[in-house]
Amino acid sequence: MIGGKRSAGLRGLGYAVSILVVLGLWQYLSRRAIIPLLFPSPLSTLHVGLELARKGQLQADLWASLGRILAGFTLGSAVGVAAGILMGASRRVRLLLEPYLHFLRFLPALAWIPAVMLWLGTGEGAKIALLAYTTVFIVALNTMVGVARVPRNQVRAARSFGAARRQIFFLVTIPATVAYMLTGMRLAMGNCFMTVVAAELVASDSGLGYLIFSSRQWMQTELAFVGIFLLGFLGLIADHMFRMTSTRLLWRYEGASGSRTTR
Amino acid sequence: MSDARTGAAGRGSSVLQAGARGLGRWWHVCTRSPRAEATCIGVLSAVAVVALWQVASTRWLPSILFPTPLRTLEAWAAMVWEGVLPYHVVVSLVRIAAGFVVGTLIGVPVGLAMGLFPPVLILLEPYVQFFRFVPPVAWIIPAILWFGIGETSKIFLIFYTTVFLVLFNTMVGVSAVARNQIRSAQCFGASRRQLFLWVSLPGTLPYVLTGMRLAMGNSFAAVVGAEFIAAQSGLGFLIVDSGTWMATDRMFAGMLTLGLLGILTDQLFHAASARWASRYLLLP
Amino acid sequence: MAYITFRGIDFRYGPKGPLTIRGFDLELRRGEFFMLVGPSGCGKTTVLNILAGFEAPTAGEVFVDGTPVPGPRRDRIVIFQEPDSLYPWLTALENVEFPLRVLGVGRSERRARAGEALRLVGLRGHETKHPGQLSGGMKQRVQIARALVLDAPIILMDEPFGALDAQTRIILQDELAQIAVRTRQTILFITHDIHEAIFLADRIGVMTAGPESALKKVVEVELPRPRTRGSAAFGELYEHVHQILSEEVRRVLRREDSLL
Repeated sequence: MIGGKRSAGLRGLGYAVSILVVLGLWQYLSRRAIIPLLFPSPLSTLHVGLELARKGQLQADLWASLGRILAGFTLGSAVGVAAGILMGASRRVRLLLEPYLHFLRFLPALAWIPAVMLWLGTGEGAKIALLAYTTVFIVALNTMVGVARVPRNQVRAARSFGAARRQIFFLVTIPATVAYMLTGMRLAMGNCFMTVVAAELVASDSGLGYLIFSSRQWMQTELAFVGIFLLGFLGLIADHMFRMTSTRLLWRYEGASGSRTTR
Repeated sequence: MSDARTGAAGRGSSVLQAGARGLGRWWHVCTRSPRAEATCIGVLSAVAVVALWQVASTRWLPSILFPTPLRTLEAWAAMVWEGVLPYHVVVSLVRIAAGFVVGTLIGVPVGLAMGLFPPVLILLEPYVQFFRFVPPVAWIIPAILWFGIGETSKIFLIFYTTVFLVLFNTMVGVSAVARNQIRSAQCFGASRRQLFLWVSLPGTLPYVLTGMRLAMGNSFAAVVGAEFIAAQSGLGFLIVDSGTWMATDRMFAGMLTLGLLGILTDQLFHAASARWASRYLLLP
Repeated sequence: MAYITFRGIDFRYGPKGPLTIRGFDLELRRGEFFMLVGPSGCGKTTVLNILAGFEAPTAGEVFVDGTPVPGPRRDRIVIFQEPDSLYPWLTALENVEFPLRVLGVGRSERRARAGEALRLVGLRGHETKHPGQLSGGMKQRVQIARALVLDAPIILMDEPFGALDAQTRIILQDELAQIAVRTRQTILFITHDIHEAIFLADRIGVMTAGPESALKKVVEVELPRPRTRGSAAFGELYEHVHQILSEEVRRVLRREDSLL
């Protein structure tokens, strides 16, 4: 693959050219499209986006979605990490909980939307619950794998220094598992975007999913495009932040560059 | 131990005794080996959950909102018997299959091209890295606007789901081929075509299969999501429609089917890989 | 006239890197077994990669039989230290057949020649195993068999026994010595192990410590074959080479110390 500082600059240039070409093509084609309603141009999309930002509506929808994700994700991660550690530490707990993990892995949070709507209504609570569900299993699974993969010799070394079980747990096991927890969280975050959009498409009056939905109501496809682009950017930023955290803050925790995964 | 002496209380205590003895024997069986223990815990936990579910749905929660396990199974059987469930399942599966096949047929060559030719990589990478984070469900509204509420819009969504995952994994797979494998082939005088067919392709196959498996898993979520919002058929429609009519037992039955389908396809995928591609999945 | 010539080789990684190798000159005779030893990081592998055609020198030239080296070709086969050059989806036999398949040799002839090569390295009976099922020593033998099957005139070995345990290493050295005597290829072998060098080589080249390393001295090994490791002559030669090499190793350690 390409490497080196000079090549990186060239690569960036290449990206820029590629993006400009495609944008230009898009602009050109959408002008000549049969129904400009169906496929708005990039300029038109930008215009609508700026309009919404000016009115403050864009920010409102953005924060609505983000707020839900953060709440649900934090809750799910906390429970997931705790469950994962328990399952990694105790064989019995693992045997007890693991089958459900593996079954519910195949029942996506999406599938629960109608049920949760019946039980909890269409408010914030319902969405946060769904997001927590989305997060908890992946985080738990990855954390559990992390605990299992603590290098045995690291534990043995600690034992030979006379460390008590509790010390080994907090000073060796947990630090060694951090990288896996982060990987699980990064993967879960991606799924959270999917869940929140689906939930907002089905039943909501705010958020990016609702923004996309409203494009049909108002017959303004630009709204959908604005929503989609924002989602893409949010996802990029979130993923980037996770990787940054791994490499910059948590580099000392082995493997924290996100190279270990379980899905 | 004559009948005259036991009476009701005696009978009660003998039941307890029998119960205690049975419990003791069961405990003995379970702790005999780690495998036995694992199975026992598994059985115990499954029984406990079902029992909890039953109790919860009859005692604690309004049963109209939360069907009992028994009613769920009844609804499931009824829907199978009526042909309702098979119909919707097939509809969803057909959509998934169509989108999956097209997505793979496009994703693999493009991924290979991106892995092997830097110009292609530079051209396409910004889009792959960006749209990776846009969930497929987000596209359902534009898809309906363009393709109508018919099959195409859903197939498009599955195609979108599949193509990115397969493409990305294929691309990663190409660079994962060990440098020494390529160098030794070069030593032997392999042409570019031979290098591609006999070294790069087999080395990339495990990654392609991973991408396909992930795509299959995500496709179920995507199709269900699409069917919630804009469909008159399919498993997702069945679930959401049942929810609307408060037929929670049918809703649960649908969800159960979805989970089982996911597991089934995943197992099928593993089995197929093991049967036809096992030699390419061997570790060095 | 020399068979392989390195003339004034300079090498640096990238346009701004330090000069790893400077003014490297070496001539190899046809059919000789040449060992290259040197302290870690002195660029021995780079020298091998340049001859193999994987890397181009920053300055200077490499010639094989009078012609400059164009790139990787069938006349120079490399045996890598890590057996990751073997293809895990092919059996041992199919791995050894691979170079013949590239050449377009027919199936039955391929099978026969590959089988013969595997027998030569003592792997008869393991033809249908995949690399994942073989031990480290066996994998290296498959690499050797693969190199032999083409009858290439030049074999380049980059510390092939470095990752193996001491006992396996001795056994493979014995086998390699026998094979080399029989097939008379020109072999360039890189190692850290002076004992290994003396046991196998016709001549030993000691490199200086990097950066800007070059060939320090070439020692002739005139012990008759087959060689015995414990003989007095062996021991004397060992002391001689060891002295030359340890000077360089000490320089490396001193530099690492001064960097602390």
